[in-house]
Amino acid sequence: MRAADAIVRALEMEGVEVIFGIPGGAILEVYDALYDSGIRHITTRHEQGATHAADGYARASGKVGVAFATSGPGATNTVTGIATAYMDSSPIVVFTGQVSTSLIGNDAFQEADITGITMPVTKHNFLVTDPKNLLNTIREAFHIASTGRPGPVLVDIPKDITLADVEFNYPKKINLPGYNPKLEGHPKQIARAAELIMKAERPVILAGGGVIISNASKELVDLAETIPAFVVTTLMGKGSIPETHPLSLGFAGMHGTKYANYALSESDLVIAVGCRFSDRTTGKVTMFAPNAKIIHIDIDPAEIGKNVRVDVPIVGDAKKVLAKLKKAVEYKQRKEWEDRVNEWKKKYPLKYKKEGFKPQYVVERACEIMSDAIVTTEVGQNQMWAAQYFKVKYPRQFITSGGLGTMGFGFPAAMGAQVAFPEKTVIDIAGDGSFFMNIQELATCVKYEIPVKVLVLNNGYLGMVRQWQELFYRERYSATCIGCEKTGFEAIARGFGAVGMTVERPSEVDDALREAKEIDAPVVIDFRVDYQANVFPMVPPGAALWEIIDEE
Amino acid sequence: MKHTIAVLVENKPGVLARVAGLFRRRGFNIESLTVGTTEREDLSRMTIVVEGDDRVVEQVIKQLNKLIETIKVSEITENSVERELCLIRVHAPPEKRGEIVELTNIFRARIVDVSRDSFIIEVTGDEDKVSAFIDLMRQYGIKELARTGKVAMVRGNKK
Repeated sequence: MRAADAIVRALEMEGVEVIFGIPGGAILEVYDALYDSGIRHITTRHEQGATHAADGYARASGKVGVAFATSGPGATNTVTGIATAYMDSSPIVVFTGQVSTSLIGNDAFQEADITGITMPVTKHNFLVTDPKNLLNTIREAFHIASTGRPGPVLVDIPKDITLADVEFNYPKKINLPGYNPKLEGHPKQIARAAELIMKAERPVILAGGGVIISNASKELVDLAETIPAFVVTTLMGKGSIPETHPLSLGFAGMHGTKYANYALSESDLVIAVGCRFSDRTTGKVTMFAPNAKIIHIDIDPAEIGKNVRVDVPIVGDAKKVLAKLKKAVEYKQRKEWEDRVNEWKKKYPLKYKKEGFKPQYVVERACEIMSDAIVTTEVGQNQMWAAQYFKVKYPRQFITSGGLGTMGFGFPAAMGAQVAFPEKTVIDIAGDGSFFMNIQELATCVKYEIPVKVLVLNNGYLGMVRQWQELFYRERYSATCIGCEKTGFEAIARGFGAVGMTVERPSEVDDALREAKEIDAPVVIDFRVDYQANVFPMVPPGAALWEIIDEE
Repeated sequence: MKHTIAVLVENKPGVLARVAGLFRRRGFNIESLTVGTTEREDLSRMTIVVEGDDRVVEQVIKQLNKLIETIKVSEITENSVERELCLIRVHAPPEKRGEIVELTNIFRARIVDVSRDSFIIEVTGDEDKVSAFIDLMRQYGIKELARTGKVAMVRGNKK
């Protein structure tokens, strides 16, 4: 069998339903094979869009996302998407064409050392140099991407390899002697953790993206209700507990809720699950939860003890460990703590100044009108407002580039999520700056009838940077005014063949959102919001979580 | 403090680049790194000496373990046999040769090449011994020096 056909056959064996990509010289053979396959291919307009779409598909569905690109520039264009998936532990497999083995190293046309380039941003990568290894490699790539702590895997396949003749014998067994993720959690450590939980007076659960990745939301809520413990999430952990749940405190960190940050700071026991204590979550790390013992549950042993001191490390899969931990603890009333936190919740709600046309209002209304929608975000103020004001109800509902902070992620990721869930409403909460970074994918959405709704909170600025300039750089707005108030997103959308709308005042928001929701086509709504709006509350850089400040 | 770490890896292309890249990216300092074959031809063994406190070394070990091609990582700083090899081209005029030969014998080193006015001396041993010998040779004038870096193995029965 032609190797290219074997590749496509292997993808079918892996259950791949859709591929995002762009064809080109070095990968032509594989595209030729794809022509006869039932696998859907979506041609994006940029390879970055393809990798983000694969990533969005993976995050929304829990399945492995797949992207294709050709050699050289096609491959290098995937790098930001790969790094984004890497930082947020998202399972994608990226296949890149490569120049023929005889040309590798000769600086051939469209040659780039993509395995070298992506080494630090992939969980693993492969350059296939012998057709004999091709199928093993594909099998291993999917296995590595989707198990343990998931992550992106790149498979680089030279053109002559795709032309070779191979016997199709898809391996059942995987031979990776050095790869064996620990899932169960050590019973002794679980017992120690249970003991600490029973002793704790002010326990708080800190739930990260790992809870969502491991489909452990039910176990998380069970444990929280059993103890009972309040649940604070990281940005990536949004959705691990319904944010309407009485024990939910929303997300913690730089722009998290005050009560989440206070609860962590006063807690005497933090039960951290599937999170990596990023600087955006901990604030000044030496002052993070100063009175608390810390239990850290993570599938990646390297995360434990990396950023904060840990009293009880538990290496294992969140779902399994949380279930076991639940069985090991009992209900204990902690009235004083409960009252104290509930009082904070009442006293310090998220708030913003309502006069004028505020971006927060748009998100609040979207949350009301499209409450079940899958929400992706871009990066910056739009992302933080989305995180603050869109109350997430279920896991995988909220998709954001938390680790790398990739502007331009949200729109193609929404496209991927929409492909995974054609029946759902999928919205991208965007800023004008971020939307421009992958706006070309509007063409893809139109061509493939992917009815993503883009809510552009258009303030004409790179808003988050502007906010920092206002607060920390004496209002010297260097290079942040991008003047998108002059850009007609409505007309741009129409130009692509999508639906465009412009909304200039709060009274028009509901109608626009309702209308957009009913349209079975891609929609871009240009919300002309106040450019002075800032994200608050805020933990100033270098401050502790309890030093969180309000506007003025 | 210096720590010696033994890493058993699959003998595949690119593994050394992965290990080196990991040290660079995470800001770990490599004092020395040796790599070579083992009793099994599909495995290579790296001996890495890193400088850092216990926390750094713990991260080094955990990050090395995360590499897919890593089979086993062990810290062997204590209770191990350590050796390096060093070749020294030392200036050896006729009147000094006797002295140099004597020192070479004391250190159980070997003269492996002799030319009109220099020797190449091979010395093996632990780091301190090799360093001491190099220091002694300095007075004669070292023209060239090549040191392998450390290989090491834990004493006693294999677990």
